Amino acid sequence: MTTDLKDLTERIYGNLPWIILFLPLFSATVITLFTLRTKTVSSLISIGAVVTGFILTVIFINHEGWHPITTETSVNWLSIGGLQIDFGLKLDALSLMMLLIVTGVGGAIHIYSYGYMDHDRSKARFFAFLSLFTFSMLGIVLANNFLMMFIFWELVGVSSYLLIGFWFEKPSAGDAAKKAFITNRLGDFGFLAGILMVWGLLGSLNFGVLQTAMLANPAALGVGATIAGLLVFCGAVGKSAQFPLHVWLADAMEGPTPVSALIHAATMVAAGVYMLCRTLFLYNADALHVIAYIGGFTALLAALIAIQQNDIKRIIAYSTLSQLGYMVMAVGLNGPTPAMFHLTTHAFFKALLFLSAGSVILGMHHEQDIWQMGNIRKKMPITFWTFLIGALALSGIPPFSGFYSKDSILAQALEQKNYLLFAVAVFVAALTAFYTFRLFFVVFFGKDKSDHAKHAHESPLVMTLPLVVLAVFAAIGGFIGITNNYGSQFVADHETLSVAQQFLEPLRTPVPMLIGIGVALLGIFLAFALYKNASSDPLPAKLGALSTAMKNRFYFDEFYAATFIRAHDFLAAVADWIDRWILEGAIIGAIRGGTDLSGRALRLAQTGNLQTYTILFVLGVVLLLYFVLGK
Amino acid sequence: MHVGLHHYLFVSFMLFSLGLLGVIMRRNLLVIYMSLELMLNAANLALVSFSRFNNKLDGQVLVFFIITVAAAEVAVGLALIVALYRKRQSAHVEDLTSMKL
Repeated sequence: MTTDLKDLTERIYGNLPWIILFLPLFSATVITLFTLRTKTVSSLISIGAVVTGFILTVIFINHEGWHPITTETSVNWLSIGGLQIDFGLKLDALSLMMLLIVTGVGGAIHIYSYGYMDHDRSKARFFAFLSLFTFSMLGIVLANNFLMMFIFWELVGVSSYLLIGFWFEKPSAGDAAKKAFITNRLGDFGFLAGILMVWGLLGSLNFGVLQTAMLANPAALGVGATIAGLLVFCGAVGKSAQFPLHVWLADAMEGPTPVSALIHAATMVAAGVYMLCRTLFLYNADALHVIAYIGGFTALLAALIAIQQNDIKRIIAYSTLSQLGYMVMAVGLNGPTPAMFHLTTHAFFKALLFLSAGSVILGMHHEQDIWQMGNIRKKMPITFWTFLIGALALSGIPPFSGFYSKDSILAQALEQKNYLLFAVAVFVAALTAFYTFRLFFVVFFGKDKSDHAKHAHESPLVMTLPLVVLAVFAAIGGFIGITNNYGSQFVADHETLSVAQQFLEPLRTPVPMLIGIGVALLGIFLAFALYKNASSDPLPAKLGALSTAMKNRFYFDEFYAATFIRAHDFLAAVADWIDRWILEGAIIGAIRGGTDLSGRALRLAQTGNLQTYTILFVLGVVLLLYFVLGK
Repeated sequence: MHVGLHHYLFVSFMLFSLGLLGVIMRRNLLVIYMSLELMLNAANLALVSFSRFNNKLDGQVLVFFIITVAAAEVAVGLALIVALYRKRQSAHVEDLTSMKL
């Protein structure tokens, strides 16, 4: 009896990940089919699904630990010839960590959205999309093979498209949604090619099988190793918005602010980094080099652009780009542990910053220009304090979470003796602190620069509560043992540290720590000096042309429009001409015309007169008789 | 002169050809119909003569059946022609081309 009961509980625990995965899909389906007309019920279903998912994840980790005995459960999905695709879940520390982030941070954002979207008449649709996104994201996290990951990868793209274009009445939102989707397609094209290449060379798509094969024979990919690795990396370039496909993320801010927080800061854009860590075994030294430099360049580029942006959400968006660059760079520097660490803390503090910004935007009656704000720290005290914590964490000020993860990346760069990237990372750290506190001082200090700022008001509790929760994690996330959970997955002798040890961990590598803190303080000081009481931006006068270039995002959009989009338009025009005149005109025209002509000719035989038919009939019989008897 | 199978078959062939000619050439539906009967009876003649010269009765029996069925068929056909005439006020085949699009 007791063994039966034990079996049963084991079975239930074994099925928990499936339940966690499919709850949001269930919620999205129910909302779309039944409750689209009732806002409150729909939002509660959606919130319930993700919060239940979070609780179940915690229960699962409590019971099975970070390294479950059964690491994979799968059902055979399709097998064609030698290709067998499973629909399976991979459960290891990495995916469990991400599971916690997606359901945890996602849950906070879901709750926040309840308040933020309260006055939107399409609130139910919003929550249906949000649930669909959560399902897709969980699918990426749990996928145990490349193809399944790719499918959910695309699903995430679709939900991102739907959510960016949520306010589709605005043409800019529709354009941004299309831009995000199409730019992602470019990366996904490479991703798919990479997946096919891996399958062709190694004969499997399962991560575990691939890893074993690569460990047994590191040269298994042969001469195509670098190309295969970089093609797979293309997927991350698109999804994590790395240079040169970084252009979509800032435009994606057309979506509602919770969407920016959930998808374009905490989870989806992190999927690229997660995928890189998941498939780290694929990349050889050359591929990792390229990855590191692309990450570093993106970090620098985005940080420079962020300095001269004036839209509160765009500044944070470029900051996200920059931080994603950090993570990708860390992966490229052979440091998946720091990368995932920064991904986690970034999920906390960037979601916090976005949600605080959303709270500011709501309090300012949908004003997003920071030069219309100012002096609202008294009117929005909770938002002020949570934003400050997020900003400190982002800038890398101890003891906030961002300090620890950024320091681990800096230390990794130094350990790999890549001094160029170390210098870039340090410079970006200074820029990060500068633009973050530029935003902070302009928005919360100085004089109120518009009527909206005079009448700003604090957001309701349902919005401030998630802010406080996220603020707590953004503050303490650096030393609550995040790396302990998954560290041993990448480095066999990863030592488990106590809270106190983690608290002092940066002291082990004092050089990057001191430099990091130094430049962050320098950045904050500069921002303080320039923007404490500024009513307009003093930088353009000082920097001149550079400032204009930053403001215009270094003209990447214009450059792409003039080259790739023009070239694409030209190709499309050629294809259109071929389709119109050769395919449709010549080929289809000939077939159609020929059929028409012969039809007209044959019609003449159909006189409708009985006797014509009789004659033809008799002639037919005579012909038949001739052939049967006459020969 | 001895009258053999060939002679009968020749008469049958002539009757059949005359009937066919009538069906093809004549304009009046009734005449076409009569020509059709002529063709039918040409076939009957051939059957009877084969039967007679092969000393078997199968053909003769079959002819009885054909005559019976033909009588019934004539009744139906004539009724159709009458109905058609009433509807169209004409029994000429050139007027009956509504099958043509």
